[in-house]
Amino acid sequence: MTTANFPLPVPNLDNQEFWDQCRQHRLVLRRCLDCRSFHHPPRPNCPECASSNLEWVESPGKGKVYTYVITRQPVNPAFRERLPWGVVEVELEEGVHVISNLVECDADDIEIGMEVEVVFEAVNDEITLPKFRRVGQ
Amino acid sequence: MSTLKDKCAIVGVGETVYNRDSGRTELNMAVEAANRAIADAGLVPQDIDGIVKFTADSTPQGELAACLGIPYLRYYGELGPLGGAACGLVIQSAMAVAQGVVNNVLVYRSVNGRSGQRYGSGTVTTRRGLGSSAFTEPYGLLVPGQSSALRARRHMHEFGTKMEHFGAVAVAFRNNACLNPRAIMHGRPITMEDYLTSRMFFDPLHILDCALEADGANAFVITSAERAANLKQPPVYITSAAQTLLAGMNGHGRSWDESGGALLAPELFGEAGVTPQDIDVVGFYDHFSPVIITKLEDYGFCQRGEGGPFVEGGRIEVGGELPVNTSGGHLSEAYLQGMNQIIEVVRQLRGQSPAQVEGAELGLVDSGDGSGALILRR
Repeated sequence: MTTANFPLPVPNLDNQEFWDQCRQHRLVLRRCLDCRSFHHPPRPNCPECASSNLEWVESPGKGKVYTYVITRQPVNPAFRERLPWGVVEVELEEGVHVISNLVECDADDIEIGMEVEVVFEAVNDEITLPKFRRVGQ
Repeated sequence: MSTLKDKCAIVGVGETVYNRDSGRTELNMAVEAANRAIADAGLVPQDIDGIVKFTADSTPQGELAACLGIPYLRYYGELGPLGGAACGLVIQSAMAVAQGVVNNVLVYRSVNGRSGQRYGSGTVTTRRGLGSSAFTEPYGLLVPGQSSALRARRHMHEFGTKMEHFGAVAVAFRNNACLNPRAIMHGRPITMEDYLTSRMFFDPLHILDCALEADGANAFVITSAERAANLKQPPVYITSAAQTLLAGMNGHGRSWDESGGALLAPELFGEAGVTPQDIDVVGFYDHFSPVIITKLEDYGFCQRGEGGPFVEGGRIEVGGELPVNTSGGHLSEAYLQGMNQIIEVVRQLRGQSPAQVEGAELGLVDSGDGSGALILRR
């Protein structure tokens, strides 16, 4: 439970399916049935064309590190005991960007362009977080 | 499309001392700043018939009015959510004045941002996993500096921007602050070596890249161009104004190509009928030093990707080609959420800054990540 001290997701009716699928170790994204574009985080309407005609699509969860930040000071109590703390912005193959963490990777080893794939980390009975690991490790 | 051009002016500015432990309430400081701004304009409190506030400010307009001896307000409003409101409040006030809804509007900010709740810790900005923050905060993306660092890292990757470029911004603003006795960092110059050896907070950002959390209050008064002509100070006219609220800007790290400044710049300059080359002095919202580099690009002072080299060699210091944040800005004067920049540019255009840019006639100010911007002229 490496994220116990960070705020946990509070699911709502627009994204409950996302979190339900995470519990089953599936990463799903919203795709518009009208213009076919993906978006994230899940919304009730497509940000490209405003359509509410949406579907959930399972993603292979593969992508590349687009950018990252390494927090090195305990600016908030939640960071105590876990510095340095890396946060990555991953660009998935579908084009959407997701904020996450890399598992099995020291913060200082993170690089832009690193190929990653999704893994799942159960926090409690309700919440499982999608995280990423380097491909080919 | 705008009908605001030169219809209103900023006519009075006021500040408390900026420090790190005010020992006063935010209401108490707001009253002092307001009284100073009103007196600076040559008005009395009863001339103020409108007050607008930051949503984040704890001081209600009615409480402030009571302490100023104003019996009631004809106009009041507010703008959120956090740091990006200052220029937007100018627009809100100017629209109301231009429409004749109100005569003289007071804009204020009062915050114990160091001794009270600190922005840098995320206590003000986190949303506890609600809404879209469910997709960022559980990963430990909690404080504004981290989001700025995500963008800075990407800019470094795409354009070869270096930490020394961020350092050049920090050193330049500290040098500017050393000309300004009101700046918290007045008298404390730094070198590039000081910068590079300072503590790393949000890698690639050092502590010296971060806004200086501060206690203090400031305020200014907006009135019509007609009334401004007969007041105590030289009027500073609001020549153009624009806002941008990016769709879906929900705490994700954003790449350099999605800032509000780039979107509003054509309208801002077009309405004023000027170009970036005409601007004499700039006040950019500098919550973190890398944003200065991207804003110089966004507003067209240099090409995309060239912001890093642009800030080298003292170009953005007082005496340089394009002085930016001549009071020291958020990095070295005090972090009052974009109000200081407006006040300093007003002083510059009046010819009253302790860091005076000779002959300054046109100034540009922005708020947040380009969530609002103004071109001001004397």
